[in-house]
Amino acid sequence: MEERFLSRNFDIPNAHTLAVFEKHGGYQALKRAVTMDGDSIINEVKKSNLRGRGGAGFPCGIKWSFLPKESDVPKYLVINADEGEPGTFKDRYLMELDPHRHIEGCIIAAWALGIRYGYIFVRGEMQHAIRRLEAAVKEAYAKGYLGKNILGKGFDFDLYVHPGGGAYICGEETGLIEGLEGKSGQPRMKPPFPAVVGLFQAPTIVNNVETISAIPFIIEHGGEWFAAMGVEKNGGPKLYGVSGPIKRPGVYEARSGITVRELLEEYGGGMLDGHELKAFIPGGSSCAVLTPDKLDAVMGFETMREAGSSLGTGCVTFMDTNTCMVRVAARLAAFYHHESCGQCTPCREGTGWATKVLDAIEAGRGRPEDLDLLLDMCSNIEGNTICALGDSIAIPVRSYIQVFRSEFDAHIKQGCCPYPAWTKKRLRSSVAA
Amino acid sequence: MALAFSEKAEVHFKDLVSRYPNTLAALLPALHLAQSEFGWISVEVMDYVARRLELHPTKVLTVATFYSMYNMQPVGKCHVQVCTTLTCALRGGYEILEHLEEVLGVRVGETSADGNYTLSEVECLASCGTAPMFQATFSDGEIEYFENLSAERVDTILADLNKRIATLPNPAEMH
Repeated sequence: MEERFLSRNFDIPNAHTLAVFEKHGGYQALKRAVTMDGDSIINEVKKSNLRGRGGAGFPCGIKWSFLPKESDVPKYLVINADEGEPGTFKDRYLMELDPHRHIEGCIIAAWALGIRYGYIFVRGEMQHAIRRLEAAVKEAYAKGYLGKNILGKGFDFDLYVHPGGGAYICGEETGLIEGLEGKSGQPRMKPPFPAVVGLFQAPTIVNNVETISAIPFIIEHGGEWFAAMGVEKNGGPKLYGVSGPIKRPGVYEARSGITVRELLEEYGGGMLDGHELKAFIPGGSSCAVLTPDKLDAVMGFETMREAGSSLGTGCVTFMDTNTCMVRVAARLAAFYHHESCGQCTPCREGTGWATKVLDAIEAGRGRPEDLDLLLDMCSNIEGNTICALGDSIAIPVRSYIQVFRSEFDAHIKQGCCPYPAWTKKRLRSSVAA
Repeated sequence: MALAFSEKAEVHFKDLVSRYPNTLAALLPALHLAQSEFGWISVEVMDYVARRLELHPTKVLTVATFYSMYNMQPVGKCHVQVCTTLTCALRGGYEILEHLEEVLGVRVGETSADGNYTLSEVECLASCGTAPMFQATFSDGEIEYFENLSAERVDTILADLNKRIATLPNPAEMH
């Protein structure tokens, strides 16, 4: 068993409580951080090659250095805990099982960046995570890790847990800021970026849960150590998820440089008996679909791009040979249609039309020209919207057509779906209706 | 009768408002609180929340209807929301949904005649590693995930839920 970091407390009973967390070395990184100045910490984070774990992979230290040092108004830290990318379920574990580690990371970030207030924006549905975080925040206040004059350093930082209202789009950082301000989660145009004009018009850093939970390890062991734990340009340990018709679905901390095949076989236990792998999505439903010939690709930003997809959140969804790829594309299109905030016409209308056309093909009512029509729709959505949700439907839909074209053709030619149904009555979701 | 938060909710409400530099930012958590207090988000509830936060009621309406967690119509004492997004679909989420339709005697989107259960479909709730799953939201504001489901497990869970909801108020009658 390799040494674990992000998940080291997952199996320790009551590690979510302050007493147990501290018994296992908790808040030592914070005590060390407050002996360092902000620039030194930002430097360590830069050296660590820590990249955003929410899917986009932006280098954390560089993002931090965009935040203005001087500000007339209080600066904010916002944690994106609105985990909702289909196939992704790692941040929940960090919040439910090791909330103090996350809070410690928040306090270190605030100290380093001169931030006065922080909000952890958690999906409203995740009541268990919200309660764990709130209880941990309360304990941290009582112990003097939060509030006024933290550790006698004359440093004030208040941290709040904020429940979302239920909207995938709030996972987009500016949609999240809008949601936090009490508005509909409709993303903003960028620039200005949140580091300059963010929450309440003030300079704001938005980081993913896992990104911030990694910060204490960087302080504890140094940026170079963290970088060495990873691969080139992508430092540190990482949580991966594996799901689908496999033997041991779940969240696992694995070494860097691990391949998809190793994740599936060593951690996921392989496919369920009698199921054969047909395709996989490396890091959430917005990523392009890949076939088993790409199983030896390394789980990294560059390597996944070379394989024709993206690392995304690092939570892999596996699909077996009984799975109809037209239906998967239709189901995902319905998801994006349901979650489109409605602000940009190409996304609002395009996701709906793509769903209708894909449904028609799946139901055996497709026409040969529909595939070009879908590809055309994808091109018209991609790049033409305020946020990346539009791209998030265009990229996968295009990839399913390109990689599994013969399956789409077969549906159209035979006038039916040749695969076993997901249910007796229903083809797909009625949520999008 | 004019709406008003209970004493306990009032304490919670004041704490919420104190967390933000303006009252608008407290709107999402305040709507959650209002829903657990008053059962569902009626026009009356929106007016009340607007008044308490000193916001225009249309602002509250816009936000309440944008998000999926606020019930603009009363639901049952227990709102069962079955995830059918990709991983759950691959692991039998639709079969769970169909099974629930049969045992609860309702179609998706409907509430049982006794007002106990509403059955819905929901999009990904980050339980892909424990799929299939449903989320149960109770009229007292509690939310619980039920994961690694099978038809048999659903039957056992429902037997427990029946007991649990016996003492809960019916959201339609909470204001």
